[in-house]
Amino acid sequence: MISCGNSIFADGGGPQPLNGGTEFCILSLMERPTPRPYSRFGRRILITATAGAMLAGTGYSVRADAAVLRIGYIRAAEQSQTISLLDKPTRDDGLAGALLAIDDNNTTGRFTGQQFELVDSPLRAEDDPVLALTALSQQNISLALTDIPADGLLRLAAAGGAKGITLFNVKAPDDALRQQDCRANVIHVAPSRAMLADALAQYLVWKKWSRWVLVYGSHPNDLLLADAYRRSAKRFGARIVKEQQFKDSSGARQTDSGLVETQQQMPVFTQGLPDYDVLVTADESEVFADYLPFRTWDARPVAGSAGLRPVSWDPSSESWGGTQLQDRFERKAHRLMTPLDTQAWTAVRMIGEAASRSTSIDPARIMQTMRSADFGIAAYKGKKLSLRDWDWQLRQPILLADGRTVVSVSPQPGFLHQFTELDTLGFDRPETQCKLP
Amino acid sequence: MQIALTRRGWTAALLCGLAIASICGPADAYMAYVSNERDNTISVVDLAQMETVKTVPVGQRPRGITLTKDGKDILVCASDDDTIQIVDTTSLQIVGTLPSGPDPETFALHVSGNPLYVSNEDDNMVTIIDVPTRKVIAEVPTGVEPEGMAVSPDGAIIVNTSETTNMAHFIDYQSRKMVASVLVGARPRIAMFKHDGSEVWVSSELGGTVSVVDPVKHVVIHTISFDVQGLRADAIQPVGIQFTADDAMAFVALGPANRVAVIDAKTYTVRKYLLVGQRVWQMAFTPDQKYLLTTNGLSNDISLIDVADLKVVKSIQVGRLPWGVAVSPK
Repeated sequence: MISCGNSIFADGGGPQPLNGGTEFCILSLMERPTPRPYSRFGRRILITATAGAMLAGTGYSVRADAAVLRIGYIRAAEQSQTISLLDKPTRDDGLAGALLAIDDNNTTGRFTGQQFELVDSPLRAEDDPVLALTALSQQNISLALTDIPADGLLRLAAAGGAKGITLFNVKAPDDALRQQDCRANVIHVAPSRAMLADALAQYLVWKKWSRWVLVYGSHPNDLLLADAYRRSAKRFGARIVKEQQFKDSSGARQTDSGLVETQQQMPVFTQGLPDYDVLVTADESEVFADYLPFRTWDARPVAGSAGLRPVSWDPSSESWGGTQLQDRFERKAHRLMTPLDTQAWTAVRMIGEAASRSTSIDPARIMQTMRSADFGIAAYKGKKLSLRDWDWQLRQPILLADGRTVVSVSPQPGFLHQFTELDTLGFDRPETQCKLP
Repeated sequence: MQIALTRRGWTAALLCGLAIASICGPADAYMAYVSNERDNTISVVDLAQMETVKTVPVGQRPRGITLTKDGKDILVCASDDDTIQIVDTTSLQIVGTLPSGPDPETFALHVSGNPLYVSNEDDNMVTIIDVPTRKVIAEVPTGVEPEGMAVSPDGAIIVNTSETTNMAHFIDYQSRKMVASVLVGARPRIAMFKHDGSEVWVSSELGGTVSVVDPVKHVVIHTISFDVQGLRADAIQPVGIQFTADDAMAFVALGPANRVAVIDAKTYTVRKYLLVGQRVWQMAFTPDQKYLLTTNGLSNDISLIDVADLKVVKSIQVGRLPWGVAVSPK
């Protein structure tokens, strides 16, 4: 159930205006199954955990005395445009995933006497994230998701460090945040650019498409992504035979005459390239990459930011119980589940799982459990996800999706690792520049 | 062995009486029914001929499969049709449905043959169905993504596992109330009682372990791990569990490890790993315990393990993505 002043939410309830011009909504409480006429629910629940902790219960629903853990979500409310209408950003991207995980945590919480709530803190471009963090801290919240860009995240990490707040980065892919700019109180649930690029590179190399043309955009993020692909090519033995930049002249969208324009423009843009196997695109800003498939001068596949994409999630993923998660999400959010939704879902589930394993909702104990070597989370990707203790990045398989189906999942067979093959994606322990206290 | 023989079973018995010995070894009289998740069919495998003799179209995404106590009917979860179908073993026609609730994944029949306990994977519920009247008796709210179902040999306790909550939930037969929940390894799939009722084993697909749970004290008393040479730990994903009738030995299907672990059920030590087909999922014994059948989801076949020799003796092609298997006399 959502109580929030924002008009996008159907359910009523009052907003809680706080300082800093930031609106807060309490988003909480699992949606309980509608009682059915023939239901006779258990009245007493005995909880037994491996640790031996026992809590007596008096009802099947969340009990009045259930301990409540509130989790914050500082999120960018304004999203950028996409090339395809199918990728049109929704106003609850990420939030819907976090809320589903709150439901999931609370279903489990019925048996453990733990209850979870999400406190949403949407930010407009001009809002100061640190003020939002302070407001969360005033509500005794010390675990918070964030999907804001790297510079804002670093400010939050500095401010949060003093307040004992742990942040869960569910969006920013910057490798610097896992390397020289790593922070002890930031858990990276989102995969890094290096992980995404490595996942694609492994597949392309496995496919023996090892001669790449790299086309990258002109925005700072595109340049960082291009760096990640250069690193991956070197790492896995692919060769970038040519690099080409696509400058954003703002006006490539197809709405008016764009259709004719891209049909003319893209073949010419890719004319005269040296012999290559695949066109790898680095276009996080969604300026050109989606215009390349079927329009290249030579008949070549497109990958990266268009065509075959490395992603943490795709709404077509049905393996390892994925169908159940997709169904549950669709029933609640009435749309398909995006990578950001999945990353937010995973972050909230990590908190719930650590709470359930540590039989505590004390944030310090939750984080201690989460940071321990044997902690893992199931996230419908066929492998248990766990944290790298050198930069607090969540290790995870990366899906390679073409927008219709999941084509493959990396790491690819044959890319070996002495501990876990998931560490063939991204910066491994020996390569890390992260120095945590 | 107290098994009511079907008409065909009687025929086989009569033929055996006429001493046509070559087709009448005990294991030869059995039929295996395999649910094919991707084909929407049941493969009928004649274990005398060692081949699929018939393919029966059923509802969408058939998974959990079992036989009624009298052996007359096959019950199969048609998950995407939100129903359980009843297939007559003689005519191999669908003769009815049970009101399973949404997305039934698997189920367990009470030892008395009724009722049926169904896990509704999409709905966080266990549905209890009276089979003769085909009516829902009760629903019990459970953890996220209820999966495995097991009934204790004395019929007093029903165990349900929840894949995302990571617990084994104990439900009292009489009161239909949940009496305990035990935290186990990540993504618990199958719960199975020993025949003497002393332990319930729970496989954790992503935890890579089997938790041995004391069903009275509701605590994990042992955790079994697996180590297959040449395989990374995360390729070992335990799913199906079966105990021999004397509880001396347990078999655990290890999913994408493509192996079945043979475990000394007293000492919990793994004796052997048997290489079977790809993504081995569920298992069932022939009633004489001569063979253990495994469904292999990715190689679209079933493997036959000779239980005495602990050897894989045969692979039999079935439909696509075989999920579950049930065996009955012909």
